[in-house]
Amino acid sequence: MEFLSDIASLINSTLRISTPLVFAAMAGIFAERSGVIDFSLEGKMLMAAFVAAVGSYFLGNPWLGLLLAIIACVSLSMLHGFASVTYKGDQVVSCVAINILIIGLTTALAAAWFGQAGLTPTLNEDQRFLEVNLPFAESLRDVPIIGTIYSDILSGHYIFVYLAYLSVPLVFWVVFKTSFGLRLRAVGENPSAVDTAGINVFAMRYKALAINGVLIAFAGAHLSTAVNANFFREMSAGRGYLALAAMIFGKWHPKTALVACLLFGFTDALQIRLQGVELPAIGEIPVQLIQAIPYVLTVVLLAGFVGKAIAPNAIGQPYIKER
Amino acid sequence: MAPVDKSKVPWWVSNLIVPLVNLTLALLVSGLFIFIAGENPYEAVRLIIYGSFGYIEGFAYTLYYTTNFVFTGLAFAVAFHCRLFNIGGEGQAYIGGLGVFLVAINFSFLPVPIVWLLSIAGAVVFGAAWAFIPAYLQATRGSHVVITTIMFNFIAASLMVFLLVDVIRDTAQMGPHTVALPKEQWFPSFKDFAGLFGIKIRYSPLNISFLLAIAASVFVWFLVWKTRWGYEMRAVGHNTQAAIYAGISPYKNIIIAMCISGGLAGLLGVNEILGVHHKIVAGFPAGYGFTGIAVALMGRNHPIGIFPAAFLFGILYQGGSEVTFDMPNITRYMFVAVQGVIILFSGALENLFRPQIESFFVNRLNIKASA
Repeated sequence: MEFLSDIASLINSTLRISTPLVFAAMAGIFAERSGVIDFSLEGKMLMAAFVAAVGSYFLGNPWLGLLLAIIACVSLSMLHGFASVTYKGDQVVSCVAINILIIGLTTALAAAWFGQAGLTPTLNEDQRFLEVNLPFAESLRDVPIIGTIYSDILSGHYIFVYLAYLSVPLVFWVVFKTSFGLRLRAVGENPSAVDTAGINVFAMRYKALAINGVLIAFAGAHLSTAVNANFFREMSAGRGYLALAAMIFGKWHPKTALVACLLFGFTDALQIRLQGVELPAIGEIPVQLIQAIPYVLTVVLLAGFVGKAIAPNAIGQPYIKER
Repeated sequence: MAPVDKSKVPWWVSNLIVPLVNLTLALLVSGLFIFIAGENPYEAVRLIIYGSFGYIEGFAYTLYYTTNFVFTGLAFAVAFHCRLFNIGGEGQAYIGGLGVFLVAINFSFLPVPIVWLLSIAGAVVFGAAWAFIPAYLQATRGSHVVITTIMFNFIAASLMVFLLVDVIRDTAQMGPHTVALPKEQWFPSFKDFAGLFGIKIRYSPLNISFLLAIAASVFVWFLVWKTRWGYEMRAVGHNTQAAIYAGISPYKNIIIAMCISGGLAGLLGVNEILGVHHKIVAGFPAGYGFTGIAVALMGRNHPIGIFPAAFLFGILYQGGSEVTFDMPNITRYMFVAVQGVIILFSGALENLFRPQIESFFVNRLNIKASA
């Protein structure tokens, strides 16, 4: 039975670790489907983590922290849109600027306000999100198999975990089953055709970026007000890039992107378990090398074992309305 | 606003006035950040100027930082001419430093000048090798270099910590660093030169790598603008389809551009290992690779622009450490944020006021001409 509970706890951590990646990948799908490259997921996630932690600390309510994080991330998305949609600046440069700005600003402000080398104060139970126990989780625990799946794997996660997996079908429905989604995809594939049809290309891209900002805020809040009880320097640790790689690997599709996110989450969960464990025949692998596994996996996945990824046609190009 | 005829805009307007306006905007926003952090921006500027120019050691530090930023700025610029975003300068510099150290320690039986040359070659080869895999994947699989180079930064950091802890650590010491190189291999520093003229300085990280930075700038200028390959590379960056029709291989050019870019970033290891630390210490690239992005974008990706931009960032770094010393609320991360703002205004938002400024000057010159 110990083997079974090992597996259960591994799946449990996979679901938890994948959560910010899922939010970020869904956010990326909106931006990139509309034709705007978004490498700034990393910076926005970090910003959300900072604002959620600070907001929740001062206002005493994690939901208000989340709300502030959403406002901050949507603002950053608008800044990205302002630079790259309205002023037709280089989209990648705009993203790199946002990422570097946020790495610096969050740490600098945390240090200036709290004087703890880039840490925000630890949040108490009222100021952070707590684990949600699903109904009957305790009473079902002893039922074989069903009990393990329901009580040990599905129950007892933070609210963001459930929201993340609910967001996937929602994003799928919006992007592929609504007229808004059709326009969104058309703007990313052939903006001039959409323009001819009387739809405002710029407004569509701004709307996509606004949704992108809301989704990525959840990822950041999950990091600083749920799994951790404070913000620390560079706590997003490349997750924005991992999510983007997952999205590309998933061919800009919510369902396949979810699979890729879970794969990353699983590798990370496995990585944590492998630390300090003696493996048969290999012995103990040094921690530093184990920690590099998710990053190596990203490169391997991007190299594309499933064929070349085809991006939306108009991605990265500012739309210039013909005169 | 109607766009201005580009040919009528004097060069100094688009290459001098517009960047300066953008820089001013960026510094104003940065001043706001310092204000939010609870300090006086005006006082911060005074400290920055004093720290970077006010005394000879400070000025030497400014030039030392400049050296690093020239290397990483050139690295980003070369790849950018091929429309590649090499944001992996950090990792390439780290691995480049490994190359310097391994060459210097293993060839210590050779005469010192030869060891220096070989070490520089080692830095270039190791840095280029670290850029090669992302380059190869971009060229053949279309894997975006922004993601792969970032991942290679993380991988380089893990790999180097592993090597420094488990493989090449100086076992006589506690910290994660290697043994020091033999003293005769150390680059002559500014302190030694000043000593020749009877000027006494306590310590200076500035060393002859500064000359290497000048040489690298000339090399990049020649390579990108004066050789056939540079032309091909810029053609691929400008319009890949047209380049293919002209018989230029984007595949080959992407890989060469990235490898040269990585090699230039690797040179940072020469300054840090032979010039300053004389051993590998964990995390020695310290963000210089990222700053190179801002330097290149501000310098409009040309060595003539990159040098003053690197100097400006040298002032910000050295002056910035003076600020962090005197102002408890400001940490060095504030200057990371300042870099972000500068990239934003001189890179992504460079068109913000460009049409207005250009038409303003074109109109004035027209009035003068007709009067």
